[in-house]
Amino acid sequence: MAKVLMKGNEAIGAAAIKAGCHYFFGYPITPQNEIPEYMSRELPKVDGVFLQAESEVAAINMVYGAAGAGARVMTSSSSPGIALKQEGISYIAGAELPCVIVNIVRGGPGLGGIQPAQSDYYQATRGGGNGDYRHVVYAPSTLQETVDLVMESFDVAEQYRIPVMVVGDGMIGQMMEPVEFKKPKERSLAEKTWATTGTKGKRKPNIINSLFIDPQELEDHVHKLERKHEEIKKNETRFEEYNVEDADVVCVAYGTTSRIVKNAIKKCEEDGLKVGLIRPITLWPFPESAFEKITDKTKGLLAVEMSTGQMIDDVKIAIKGKKPVYFHGRTGGMVPNPTDIENEIRKIAGGEK
Amino acid sequence: MAKVFERTNGLTDKAFHYCPGCTHGIIHRLVGEVLEELDVLGEAVGVAPVGCSVFAYDYFNCDMHEAAHGRAPAVATGVKRVNPENVVFTYQGDGDLASIGAAEIVHAAARGENITTIFVNNAIYGMTGGQMAPTTLIGQKATTSPYGRDEKLTGKPIKVSEMLSTLDGAKFVERTSVHNAANIRKTKKAIKKAFELQLSGEGFGIVEILSTCPTNWGLTPLESLKWLEENMLPYYPLGNLRTPKEVE
Repeated sequence: MAKVLMKGNEAIGAAAIKAGCHYFFGYPITPQNEIPEYMSRELPKVDGVFLQAESEVAAINMVYGAAGAGARVMTSSSSPGIALKQEGISYIAGAELPCVIVNIVRGGPGLGGIQPAQSDYYQATRGGGNGDYRHVVYAPSTLQETVDLVMESFDVAEQYRIPVMVVGDGMIGQMMEPVEFKKPKERSLAEKTWATTGTKGKRKPNIINSLFIDPQELEDHVHKLERKHEEIKKNETRFEEYNVEDADVVCVAYGTTSRIVKNAIKKCEEDGLKVGLIRPITLWPFPESAFEKITDKTKGLLAVEMSTGQMIDDVKIAIKGKKPVYFHGRTGGMVPNPTDIENEIRKIAGGEK
Repeated sequence: MAKVFERTNGLTDKAFHYCPGCTHGIIHRLVGEVLEELDVLGEAVGVAPVGCSVFAYDYFNCDMHEAAHGRAPAVATGVKRVNPENVVFTYQGDGDLASIGAAEIVHAAARGENITTIFVNNAIYGMTGGQMAPTTLIGQKATTSPYGRDEKLTGKPIKVSEMLSTLDGAKFVERTSVHNAANIRKTKKAIKKAFELQLSGEGFGIVEILSTCPTNWGLTPLESLKWLEENMLPYYPLGNLRTPKEVE
């Protein structure tokens, strides 16, 4: 298929439909409105359903119902809206249902702003909802990667019966890049024998539920979820790495920020510095194994984020105290500039930090 | 000897957890009977609430989905939109539907969502131990209105059926009661009509059923039935508020 030039949010909608998602429930919020708008225009053409819910809470609970009924279903929102959806995300995780949630992150806290941000790393990876659960979090850095991951998200969600969140900062949603829609790698997906589609008098009732009133049963259930999480860590962790071995400095950045960091690295390389990059593609599971390649030569790590430092916690966990971890970030919708990052790298390389 | 009564196949064999004298059991049976009589158990998907009837998913003999507190109409919307051939219902109490789930029920009704809601109103939060509900009567004592519900502090009880009947999408709205045999029969008739209208694709239907809570009202089951009749009926008048013209 030929490449087409698309705006990020519309490309996300197109990728979802191409992946077989025919149900979308959402609520308007900037900067992701082109997703529901695109779905409202395109889903009726494939006999799908677009429904604008009365609230973010209702939207995610409609997703909960549709996922229980066996559909490929998606919702999208932005930071404060995702905060409201956490109730439903926790239930969907608890009831082990597949769904895809797109979060085009904007600055916070509170109403915050509408410009790109990465200040919801904690919200996405630590479980904004209640209980012992995790869900997959993808953080693409280009529109091509965005459509690839959105398409694959539906398969991953169904394979593990887990919510999958695709996190793009506002930049991913708003910019235009050429994209090509490619079928994700084949996965063997089990039939949804658990779905609430009516017994038709042929089987025992199916029950979609996250309530376990007996503590032993709940502990057993949570351990079952935990085993699934371990499987996901083993099979689905993804990252990009660049010159990590023997680097003077290793940068860690995801999403749009990683592209800016790459520019800064190039500048430093022109002066003979050796700078590596670890770019997590899955924020959960965090690619801890990528940090094993870091050698004694490396003077320090630099986490760069559009926040005051959230992913840096995972970097520190991954490096196990072996190296100093420094931080550079802008927040509130401000975007880090390559020169500032370059200066930080030089300081670490030159022992100034 | 001829059999004159048997359990409905609309309910499972699981023993109810409800308190003695609670009328949830009667209402469960009526819903089960209606689903069986309409021969739709194989198509039915019920959505259970949070509250006393939280375990309804174990009692109805059909596919069930347990929702978050108040969100049953949104979950039911998701289920119905995916498989419109399913017969989808929510079973909700007054704390669930009239308080935390007020937005979900209003908008499901406004959209004319083709689902059926069984709304059990016993004027109190039962499961959590007898707190004040939006449906608690003025002067009624609850654990969070220990001096009796004060209108100046918390306003008047919400009349859900009257409120929903202002919405064109709500095609069938009826308030019934289960405090005696005659009214139990009327309740069953209303439940059946609501499901029949869903089957003919009419849109949203709700049956508000006045119910008792002997445990949290601090009354015996018999006293509770009398209390319902004397106190709830005057404020929550029984009757149909909306029916499509052609089936009146």
